[in-house]
Amino acid sequence: MCDTKTIVVVGIADLKVITAPDLIRTSGLGSCVGAVLYDEIKQVAGLAHVLLPESSLAKQTNINKYKYADTAIPILINKLVEEGARRSMLKAKLAGGAQMFQFASNSDVMRIGPRNAEAIQQELQACQIPIISSDLGGNAGRTIEFDPVTAKLKIRKVNREVNYI
Amino acid sequence: MEFINLTDEQRDVLCEIGNIGAGNAATSMAKLINKKIDMQVPSIDVVGYDDMMELIGGPEALIVAIFFRIQGDAPGTVFFILTMEEAENLVQQITNNVTFNLFSDGSLDEVAISVLQETGNILTGSYLSALSDFMHINMQPSVPYFSADMAGAVLTAGLMELSQVTDFAIIIDTKINHNDSKNGVHGHFLLLPDPSSFQKIFHALGVNEDV
Repeated sequence: MCDTKTIVVVGIADLKVITAPDLIRTSGLGSCVGAVLYDEIKQVAGLAHVLLPESSLAKQTNINKYKYADTAIPILINKLVEEGARRSMLKAKLAGGAQMFQFASNSDVMRIGPRNAEAIQQELQACQIPIISSDLGGNAGRTIEFDPVTAKLKIRKVNREVNYI
Repeated sequence: MEFINLTDEQRDVLCEIGNIGAGNAATSMAKLINKKIDMQVPSIDVVGYDDMMELIGGPEALIVAIFFRIQGDAPGTVFFILTMEEAENLVQQITNNVTFNLFSDGSLDEVAISVLQETGNILTGSYLSALSDFMHINMQPSVPYFSADMAGAVLTAGLMELSQVTDFAIIIDTKINHNDSKNGVHGHFLLLPDPSSFQKIFHALGVNEDV
C-alpha cells in the first residue's frame, strides 16, 4: 500500500477533520487558539482555529460558528464522530492564545489570547474531554501540525526549536 | 452590516484617503531618512481573514508590524508593516550604522525596537493627521504597539474589533518605497476602519453612505 500523506491546512476561523495518514496544520496562531481533538486508536483528528471566545460577543446576525470557542468545539466533536471517532475516547491538545502586543491597557478586548484559551478549556471541560497537553500564552506566534498516527502536536515558533507536545 | 459590495464611487473615495494619508507619510519618511520616497496607488481590497494574510505574504511570513488603534470619531486600526530585511535596512539608515543587526543574541535589539516604534509613530501620525484634516473627522492614534512575528499571528490581533461584526475587512493598502539598488525599504500601510466608521467616512466626503 502506498498511502500518500496530505497536509490539510485549516484557515483562520475554520475547522477540519482528517484521518491517518494525513496531517492537519494551521499557520500563524497568535491570540487565536488551535484546538486539536483526536481519537488515538481510530486515528481520526480534527483541528479548529478559534478566533474569539464567545459567540455572545457577535454583533452580526449570521455568525460563522467556526469563529467562536463555544460554538466551534461542539461542531468539531460532531464532525469527528461522523468520521468514525468515538465520542467517549476523544482527547484534546491545545496551542496558541498568545498576547502578541504588550498593551498598556488591560481592557478585555486586548486580553483576547488568554480569554480564548480559557473559553476553550471551559468548553472542553463541559464536554468532558481531557486536555492531554497544551502550549498556551506567551507572546510568540505558532504554527502547529498534528499527526494522528503518533498523536503528537508539532509546534513551531519564530527563532525557536520545533517542539512536540 | 455586511459590506461586501462597494460602489465605484465609494472605492474611489477610499483610494483617495489612502493616497492622502500615505502621501503625507511618504513625505515624513523622506525627511527622516533624507532620501526620495515613491508611493504606489492604493489598492482597496475587500478580503476574508485568510486573504488578508496572503496580501502580506502568507500567514507564516515574518514581518515587523507597528500597530495603532485609531481613537476618535471614526475608530479603526492602522498597521505599518515591513519585512524583517526592510526593517533592518530602515534601522541602518536611521542610525547611520550599516552593520546594524535586527537580532542580537537571538532576540530583537532594544534600540531597533525603539527606532522602529518611533518611525512608525511619526509615519502613522502624519498618515492620520492628513486623513483627519481632509475629512474633518477627529482621529487620534494610540501609543504604538510593536511586534515582530508571523504575519498571521500579528495581524489577527488587529482584527478583534472587526471580527465581532463581520468576516470581511476593507483594507486600504498603500505601499511606499525608497529604491536604491539593494537597500530598498517598502512599507505597507494598512488602514482598517471599524465597520461603524465607514458611514462617517463616506458621509464626511459626500458620497452615498449606504454600504
